[in-house]
Amino acid sequence: MRPLKTLQKLYDEESQVVITEKGSPPRALFYGEGFLQEDLPVGTRVIFPRPPMAGVPNVKAAIRWAINHPEGMEPLHALLRPGMRLTCVIDDISVPLPPMVTPDVRQSILEVVLELCADSGVDDVHLVIANALHRRMTEGEMKRMVGEKIFDAYYPDRYYNHDAEDPDGITELERTSHGEVVAVNRRVAESDLIVYVNVNFVPMNGGHKSMGTGVTNYASLRHHHNPKTIRDSDSYMEPKASALYTKNSRIGTVIDQTLKVFHIETTLNNRMFGAPTDFLAKREEDYTEADRLKFQALRYTLSKLPRAAARKVLNAIPAPYDVTGVYAGATEPTHAKTLETSWKQYVVPVEGQSDIVIFPIPFISPYSVNSLLNPLLVQVMGLGYFYNLNRGVPLLKKGGVLILLHPAYDEFDPVQHPSYIEFFHRLLPETRDSMKLEHKYEKEFAENPSYVHLYRKGNAYHGVHPFYMWYWGENGRQQAGKVIVAGAENNHVPALMGMDRTDTLAEAIEEARGFMGRSATISLLRIAPTVMVDVK
Amino acid sequence: MLAKVPAKAAFFDVDGTLVRTNVVHVYAYYAMNRGSLRGIAGRTLSTALSAPLFGVMDMVNRKAFNEFFYRYYAGLSEDRLVTIAEDMFEDVLKPALFEQSQDLIDEARRSGCKVVLVTGALDFTMRPLARHLGCDDVIANKMQYVGGKATGKVIPPIIEGANKANAIRAYCEREGLALNKCHGYSDSASDYAMLAVVGRPTAVNPDLRLRSLARAYNWPILDLK
Repeated sequence: MRPLKTLQKLYDEESQVVITEKGSPPRALFYGEGFLQEDLPVGTRVIFPRPPMAGVPNVKAAIRWAINHPEGMEPLHALLRPGMRLTCVIDDISVPLPPMVTPDVRQSILEVVLELCADSGVDDVHLVIANALHRRMTEGEMKRMVGEKIFDAYYPDRYYNHDAEDPDGITELERTSHGEVVAVNRRVAESDLIVYVNVNFVPMNGGHKSMGTGVTNYASLRHHHNPKTIRDSDSYMEPKASALYTKNSRIGTVIDQTLKVFHIETTLNNRMFGAPTDFLAKREEDYTEADRLKFQALRYTLSKLPRAAARKVLNAIPAPYDVTGVYAGATEPTHAKTLETSWKQYVVPVEGQSDIVIFPIPFISPYSVNSLLNPLLVQVMGLGYFYNLNRGVPLLKKGGVLILLHPAYDEFDPVQHPSYIEFFHRLLPETRDSMKLEHKYEKEFAENPSYVHLYRKGNAYHGVHPFYMWYWGENGRQQAGKVIVAGAENNHVPALMGMDRTDTLAEAIEEARGFMGRSATISLLRIAPTVMVDVK
Repeated sequence: MLAKVPAKAAFFDVDGTLVRTNVVHVYAYYAMNRGSLRGIAGRTLSTALSAPLFGVMDMVNRKAFNEFFYRYYAGLSEDRLVTIAEDMFEDVLKPALFEQSQDLIDEARRSGCKVVLVTGALDFTMRPLARHLGCDDVIANKMQYVGGKATGKVIPPIIEGANKANAIRAYCEREGLALNKCHGYSDSASDYAMLAVVGRPTAVNPDLRLRSLARAYNWPILDLK
């Protein structure tokens, strides 16, 4: 065991950036449904998430304060009229990750809002899940999200998933100044007041994206969910650098001009892991002996379990997030407050980009809750989300090497991701060019009646969704000179996605150094919990 | 100039795919409505006694089963078969439609497909169903009549198995449809050829063999309710 005083000199306790030295402990890294323990080369910059901010002491009090002191709007109680038609639009299960310990903050918000509605004589209330082209949430998931009492009172007639393919369920508002279609769920569009219930897990959520994306259809989404928009976005986590956000704002502005939307946005801290896995959020330098033992036990157990069982174990541990802020009112001023708190929790300033960047990919993504991380989702986590966790300047230098740590197994969930299977096995062998894929195949998948049916009646992502996943990785693909999947258990999955593979992380680093030179700088983003870099 | 988008169709098998029943249920209705007590008793009894045989034959070879089975129609008049088809639809097929069948057909139509039923059943039994679902066409077996009476033989080629694929290919050629853009829907591995010939096959409430084929070929699987 290393003497404690040796460990202490290796890092600054206040800093979230640790430079690896000779005596640095090995890192505990996510590797799909398992973990790796890896020694990193000396000089590797390891960027850790910030420790969790303190939560608000009383969540319901914070909600009440926010709706009574909103930004740029009258308080919620003043907007309520007896007999009015009100719709609460709610963020879906894609956030937060993993799903939070109950009561979910959405439940807390709804309990306050629905009580206020009842007291104000507002009885015509519907709860619509803003799942856009995501899969429909199951009955069990819907119950967990809002609690039994609300579920029993509203489900299924007044609490349901948005259906972007319901021919009678969408209303088109006037187009934006750029001619973009603005389509909204009919019930929502015909409401006197809309209350948007948001959980802001990463800065790209919330704001105009909530309504502009959550309750619309393919015709409207295709204006910004496309490869050109992603290429034009330096980071989609930073509104100022995001063409995606700009386009959503144009659509959201039309919505705000036409409908009355009262946003309630919430921010969470970084407490992603509770006991017994709370050590995962720590720096390895801070591990106690008990933490090391727990990590070894977890790593060993997960490595011996069948993958599905390991997934089950990991999915069974909800995240004990604390609510750090509740903001309410008009779209833009509310979201500005949300972003401020969000950045406080997530942003870590770092000096300069790196030639080689390592992303350990965990078992979960926004699109694989209660499912599995198929190859396209591994791709989107690495080249999409993690790559974009910056404020406009990516961590990776242009032409650098990105190393993803994941087994990259060739597995898909036919219930949740049926169209992904066809996309991966039929389209990617033909081309990986996003523009060509969009032009040649996107509409076909979007309109495929089997996929439409599975989206509407089953629990499948929309037929077009794998295209969005591929587009999401566009910036990473354009920027990286090479992508290596370290620990990939087969050749064909990385190859189909245009990536290299190696058996181990050490081999991947060797290959990356061969590509970038022996003096190449290396950074590891020690995610999860969430961390976002501000590259100076 | 914009390239012309090729026309496409969605081909639906019927028994087990859109409705819970099969040709035996339809025939049983005719047997029960023979017109005379003796006729009803005779045909119903012989149908009931043959039920185990039907089951085995259907499992072993759907084509042979259909050819054998349609002999039971021998002697029935054409007028009667066509007239009773409407009542048979109301009493047998309509209640047996999966609730989501109409949704699936509507979704196919919204995506720009012609909607065509492709079935080993007899054409006159399918027409009311096609009308009800809003289908554009029916590819089905045609009974041979002599002197206004059914002979019990079907005009070849019998629409089943590989012939369904041939019929679909011929239909696409005739109608100017792009076969590789067309969708096919079936519940049974006996329709493998029909599913394999179209560009976009889907298994619907598949039997075990078709489910494993669909998994192997990455075809979508729908569970219609």
